[in-house]
Amino acid sequence: MVWDQTEAEKLHEPMGIKPRQVHRHDVVVVGAGLAALRGAIEAAAEFDVGVVTKLFPTRSHSGAAQGGIAAALANADEDHWEWHMFDTVKGSDYLGDQDAIEILVKEAPQVIREMEHMGCPFSRMANGRLAQRTFGGHVKDFGRGEPAMRAAFAADRTGHALLHTLWEQSVKHRVRVYAEFVVLSLILRDGICRGVVALELLTGEIHLFHARAVLFGTGGYARSYKITTNAWANTGDGLSLALRAGLPLEDLEFVQFHPTGLYPHGILVTEGARGEGGLLFNSKGERFMERYAKDQMELAPRDVISRAIETEILAGRGIAGKTCVHLDIRHLGAAKIHERLPQITELCIKFAGVDPVKEPIPILPTAHYSMGGIPTDRDCHVLLDGKAKPVIGLYAAGECACVSIHGANRLGTNSLLEAVLYGRRAGKSLVQDLRAGLPLADLYVDAAEPAIAEVEKLRTAQGQEKVAALRAELQETMTSQVGVFREEKALRPAIAKIRELRERFHKIGLADHGKIMNTELESALEFGHMLDFTLVIAEGALARTESRGAHARRDFPKRDDDHWLKHTLAWLDQEKVRFDHKPVTITRFAPKERAY
Amino acid sequence: MTTYRITILRFNPEQDQEPHPETYSVEGQEGWTVLDALHQIKWFQDGTLTFRRSCRHGICGSCAMTIAGLNALACETQLQTLPAEFAVEPLRGLKVIKDLAVDLEPIYQALYAIKPYLITDQPPPTDAERLQSLEDRKKLDGLYECILCACCTSSCPSFWADKKFLGPHALLKADRFVQDSRDQGADERLAAIDHRHGLWRCHTIFNCAEACPKTLNPTAAISHLKRTIIKAKF
Repeated sequence: MVWDQTEAEKLHEPMGIKPRQVHRHDVVVVGAGLAALRGAIEAAAEFDVGVVTKLFPTRSHSGAAQGGIAAALANADEDHWEWHMFDTVKGSDYLGDQDAIEILVKEAPQVIREMEHMGCPFSRMANGRLAQRTFGGHVKDFGRGEPAMRAAFAADRTGHALLHTLWEQSVKHRVRVYAEFVVLSLILRDGICRGVVALELLTGEIHLFHARAVLFGTGGYARSYKITTNAWANTGDGLSLALRAGLPLEDLEFVQFHPTGLYPHGILVTEGARGEGGLLFNSKGERFMERYAKDQMELAPRDVISRAIETEILAGRGIAGKTCVHLDIRHLGAAKIHERLPQITELCIKFAGVDPVKEPIPILPTAHYSMGGIPTDRDCHVLLDGKAKPVIGLYAAGECACVSIHGANRLGTNSLLEAVLYGRRAGKSLVQDLRAGLPLADLYVDAAEPAIAEVEKLRTAQGQEKVAALRAELQETMTSQVGVFREEKALRPAIAKIRELRERFHKIGLADHGKIMNTELESALEFGHMLDFTLVIAEGALARTESRGAHARRDFPKRDDDHWLKHTLAWLDQEKVRFDHKPVTITRFAPKERAY
Repeated sequence: MTTYRITILRFNPEQDQEPHPETYSVEGQEGWTVLDALHQIKWFQDGTLTFRRSCRHGICGSCAMTIAGLNALACETQLQTLPAEFAVEPLRGLKVIKDLAVDLEPIYQALYAIKPYLITDQPPPTDAERLQSLEDRKKLDGLYECILCACCTSSCPSFWADKKFLGPHALLKADRFVQDSRDQGADERLAAIDHRHGLWRCHTIFNCAEACPKTLNPTAAISHLKRTIIKAKF
């Protein structure tokens, strides 16, 4: 775009930002994982795009996904999108919005084939077509049949294969990437998004990205827990930025704990191991899933299995008194394990000293995924009121968004699908809006002010508290009190603890006061973000007095459709969490009892 | 619990003229990796210690560095495999930004130069995937798993001597596409590497194959590319 002098004068240049650090693009994408890159590539064909990311794109956490990406391709076996839809709705414990789910499952085959066309190195069948395997919660015949072979995969490196393919495409389409820029704030006023402010890690300079459309693909938040599959980078930055801009977050109390994290740190061991036939055993050698999900057993959905494992451990049936059970894949044989599960073989050997060909794998539930997030409509417009009124010029897709696809619990292989499919959908949506004339809205004079002040305050902080120590306290609190099982008498002190940590955060001190590559400052900014959304998670968990999907209350053990068949919306306003709710969109499948 | 004395080559561009070694004591707990030790130092001893890391399980490639003289991912290197005293340095051959964080732009530029994406001149089938046989898919094993960590290229003496050398990582990526039965860009890709700073700068030293934390073999990929070009020329 060409700017003449008079245009530039009309736009109030924000205070505190050097002119050469204001960047104007049609589209700014925040994040560089699957959803962000797919949206960027979609928009870059026609418009000028800038991707702003705190990690070089291939370092994004999408690359850690292992097991597969779901679609009713029916390559290996009979399958239909209607079956996939039912499984996703039931898997969500009937909280998923069925219109959005229908879009997901109907477009899934096309989107996965498109990834293959882009060059993704999927595993194949003997006839040359994409291979598919079974996965937890995916069955035939509307929940009544055998497991469905619905997960396309690239060995157990599916996320890596997809992410690198999209990065390759972003290189092909010459998408401009601002790598190692940490987004500080969302510039949103009067219901219009105008851009973002970001810290350039390399130089410590603050930049302003002025755009007609901003797409958030900022991913998850599970580093707020001690035992987690997530990378250090997963600190829910986008969620906090949304809260600080006055936007609500939806259904944040629904935290997915992946049942099979490698003991003791929670490194991901793919559900695909059970999809290939892996079995779960307690210290007595019992296949304990018989008592919790006697039809689907090890292929029950994640929330069911995480609760089962947690219950076994609490009952004293953990292996050798430790907080883990066994995942046994020895019976699959070395050939199959090395062909289908090579990455987890390497992980088990390197991080647990266990060769899964010869010994069972010690596993425990691990914080993994955010079902909730920034509320959007089906076209990925972020909703200003959380319900119906879109923010002009702001979009969100992937794990950071809540459409809601996953409701109260997500099925494995549906997240890689959502990220690619809704990332593409977000791209198409903003392209349509740009073609229709979405304008470049004015900046206001103090647009960068809160961000500049925040960075200076942290960079010069001289207090006694240490971010690392406070963060460890937060992670411990979340894991032990806002974990797989929740109850009021643990949630209230957890909320008090988070509030205490928010106070103590004002008194932190940094050792690194430099400008160049100040990763200690970056960690402090990230921790500040964690303190925002964890409060919303904990308060939301306390407020929802029922059990549904991944949210399990010991003091309210039943699902309560009469009072709680609705989405939570939460605002963080002057230290208070304010709630509202909105109905679930139910089209094809009426809520029923959920058993496996 | 063992006490480790870890000597790290520090460099603060805002204060130092030269890198300088600093030694730290760390009580290594059971199962700790070098990354755990670096975190312990950063969080509780010296907050200015700077390094990249993210996934902590060897898939993102952020934490590549030189540990006890060999390139490795800090997150995968178990302390118990190391002597009680060892050194940690930034990757060789790349400009140091700060401490263990190096400028990876040459690594990325070399990748862009070899056109790291599928090149096809025929439209894909409608409503179906392109077919690929099991044998053809197997050719990608050992190539698609690369995490772009730069352990290989930064261990290569030819790269140290010739900064224009594309490097084993870029050549391995080129071979990933040359070997892909769906790719039709071999001519342009081979032309991009068939020069004195490309393929032929490789003198088959094998440091790359030794350094790769994912046990990939760039030397073998490079040999395959050399044979491909020679067959085409003669």
